[in-house]
Amino acid sequence: MVPRIWRRIRYRYNVIASYCESCGSYYYPQREICPKCRRKGIVKETEMDSEGTVLSYTVVNGRKIALIEFKNGTRMLAEVCGDIEIGCRVKKAFRRYGEDGEAGIIYYGTKFVPIN
Amino acid sequence: MKVAIIGVGTTEFGELWDKSFRSLFLSAGLSALEDAGISGKEIEAIYIGNMSAGKFVDQEHIAALIADHAGLAEFGIPAIRVENADASGGSAFRQAYMAVASGMHDIVIAAGIEKVSDANDPMEVLSSAIDQEWERFIGANLPAIYAIIARLHMHKFGTKEEDFAMIAVKNHKNAVHNPKAQFRKEISVEDVMNSPYVAEPLKVLDCAPLSDGASAVILANEEIAKRLCDTPVYVKACTQASDYFSIQNRRDILTFEAVVKASRRAYKISKIEPKDINIAEVHDSFTIAELIAYEDLGFAKKGEGAKLIREGETEIGGRIPVNTSGGLKACGHAVGATGIRQIVDLVIQLRGEAGKRQVNAENALALNIGGSGATAVVSILSR
Amino acid sequence: MIGIVSYGTYIPRFRIKVEEIARIWNEDANAIKQNLGVFEKAVPDVDEDTATMAVEAGREAISRVRIRPEKIGAVFVGSESHPYAVKPTATIVGEALGIGNYYFSADLEFACKAATAGIQICYAMVKAGMIEYGFSIGSDIAQARPGDALEYTAGAGAVAILVGKDPIAEIEATVSYTSDTPDFWRRDLQPYPSHGGRFTGSPAYFRHIVSAAKKLMEDFGYSAKDFDFAVFHQPNAKFPQRVAYMLGFNEEKIAEGMLVKVVGNTYSASSLLGLCGILDKAMPDQRILLVSFGSGAGSDAFAIRVTEKILDYPRNRRVWDKVKNCVYIDYALYLKHRRMIK
Repeated sequence: MVPRIWRRIRYRYNVIASYCESCGSYYYPQREICPKCRRKGIVKETEMDSEGTVLSYTVVNGRKIALIEFKNGTRMLAEVCGDIEIGCRVKKAFRRYGEDGEAGIIYYGTKFVPIN
Repeated sequence: MKVAIIGVGTTEFGELWDKSFRSLFLSAGLSALEDAGISGKEIEAIYIGNMSAGKFVDQEHIAALIADHAGLAEFGIPAIRVENADASGGSAFRQAYMAVASGMHDIVIAAGIEKVSDANDPMEVLSSAIDQEWERFIGANLPAIYAIIARLHMHKFGTKEEDFAMIAVKNHKNAVHNPKAQFRKEISVEDVMNSPYVAEPLKVLDCAPLSDGASAVILANEEIAKRLCDTPVYVKACTQASDYFSIQNRRDILTFEAVVKASRRAYKISKIEPKDINIAEVHDSFTIAELIAYEDLGFAKKGEGAKLIREGETEIGGRIPVNTSGGLKACGHAVGATGIRQIVDLVIQLRGEAGKRQVNAENALALNIGGSGATAVVSILSR
Repeated sequence: MIGIVSYGTYIPRFRIKVEEIARIWNEDANAIKQNLGVFEKAVPDVDEDTATMAVEAGREAISRVRIRPEKIGAVFVGSESHPYAVKPTATIVGEALGIGNYYFSADLEFACKAATAGIQICYAMVKAGMIEYGFSIGSDIAQARPGDALEYTAGAGAVAILVGKDPIAEIEATVSYTSDTPDFWRRDLQPYPSHGGRFTGSPAYFRHIVSAAKKLMEDFGYSAKDFDFAVFHQPNAKFPQRVAYMLGFNEEKIAEGMLVKVVGNTYSASSLLGLCGILDKAMPDQRILLVSFGSGAGSDAFAIRVTEKILDYPRNRRVWDKVKNCVYIDYALYLKHRRMIK
């Protein structure tokens, strides 16, 4: 599990998405190839806004999971800490997502909190 | 080449403690052979839908294992396992269909098998059907993904939790007359509304149970079918489509693009329109999935799925009965077997052998979905 | 001129009142509030820890200046509650702040003064021309044995100080006083710290702060009246009040820094949080005396002079205002949030 988690550290600590310079599309999560342009696409990494809007959400296993939309239309699933409703604004927060048991490594990532 | 189904068989679905993974298939396979009136030596290939014997029972390489324990080891036929999460069954059916349609084989078996109850937490395993890196990691599981879709559907179209409940009630009512169903008791809308939340707004009774089960269908080309069978059921179309894997990348999370693509193509190939479909088995892993299926399959306009269930259109006796077998909700969802079980139930209906749940049908449609919609298989069957 | 170029703070949203803790242990809340001068303390969310708070404080510090994170040449994180005993918090913070890979880094431990030690190290590195900017971050989820007196004050929070040239507040001078004094400690693998009770006062807190402050003033020619503000390590509200008096500062001069009253003792962030409360209001040419204290024991004293540049610095999210936004929880939730029950 360690290498799998390590490989994504950059992309979890900050919301790093992909931007295709050929067609101007954004993709989150980060990906190597643009589905519209395929081999003709030039895909670069780009950081998303630190704020977004809640499109929808659920509460499962005691956690609030929301689908958040950024200004450029890109969407991200993340845990949200705090009270939210559809349409409210949220901003990113650096939090623990879990751990590989008490002796294993800790997983950090981006969650969101409502903007008061 | 035209392809027909000449034999079907299924186990009951449920918590089958006395059946192991390898013993599960036997009765389904034998029933199918008997139903087709063949001994087994005629079978040229076996396609087995199974989502995750590896995670459920630590067993990989299961096609050969099952072929062996089904008594086919002496014939050494090609055996392959097909995996597309809970669309494994439908996908196996399509592979089998293509083998016969192409002339590669004359008679094949399409099977589906899943043994979930040996695992500690079957829903954990089913949740490996969603994006492990970007959906699972952040705390979502399969019900959570559907719940997010459900909440937005309610917000945008005014669908209510009661509408979802009515779908569960309908399916349980239908299953009373299905001897192979896991749950054969009626439930009320109040029962559903009072059941605890699994992932808000979806409650326990909005979610299909994960079950053990196995089903099998035998496909043959038209010439053999006419020779062996009094009531062949023809596969008019069997299409499949994929979609962006994570709901983060779907254009509109309230539409399952894979379902729309696969069904449009199926309607085109079969020259049958949605209004000509007399009966359907759809993938109600969650009640919201059945409601959206009404829209994506063209039985209702986008956003008006609730209308259909409110007006009783999808009940037995309605305009387009859906899940007369009880669906995944009441039959049980034996993951990889579900897609095949749907075919079995439609064939029984089309032959007129459905007893108390009989619907007068000429054209039937089966919809099998994988995970949160990244795979969809649509089959149209006719007499 | 070298000093503070930017600062950021993070205090978790949750609070538990002294009354609630006293209710559990059947103690007299009013007496405790009288004794300690503390009314409530900050509690982290269940998914927060020293690293997450350090990142939030660091992000705020970076957001207030137009400095590319890659130009930060050092990251030091001081804490008594690093998430790993081995594997530095500083690298998690460095990654999350986008600092790249070319930076000096280590975690520091010196009880509540680890981060001010980090400031001294960054200052020296900038002065030596080794780095352009350096981050010293103090972050703690203060530990205390349930039922122990410290439980009333052991809070949570983080402060990030970015050190460099052209500062908004110049570090004019710094001096440390250090000795082997076992006033408060935690042995390896022990879950909670132990302390020497009243021994933590005179031979520890007071001796080291006074010694460091006096040496600073002697060596560099300051007297109490040269300082407009004074801020000390805040294990409770009483100790800093008393040491201020001992050094010749009145209530008014320490008031702006006394965040302990509303968030408790944030350990490695404690004196720095007070400093930030003051920086939020201080005007150019005003001078601040900062003296931290870390058990074990030592004090770092700083003479800090606010510069003209503070007028262009965005101080719109004041610490005292930020801490007002809070949610009160009960003792059971407090245990869950601190992951003492799972």
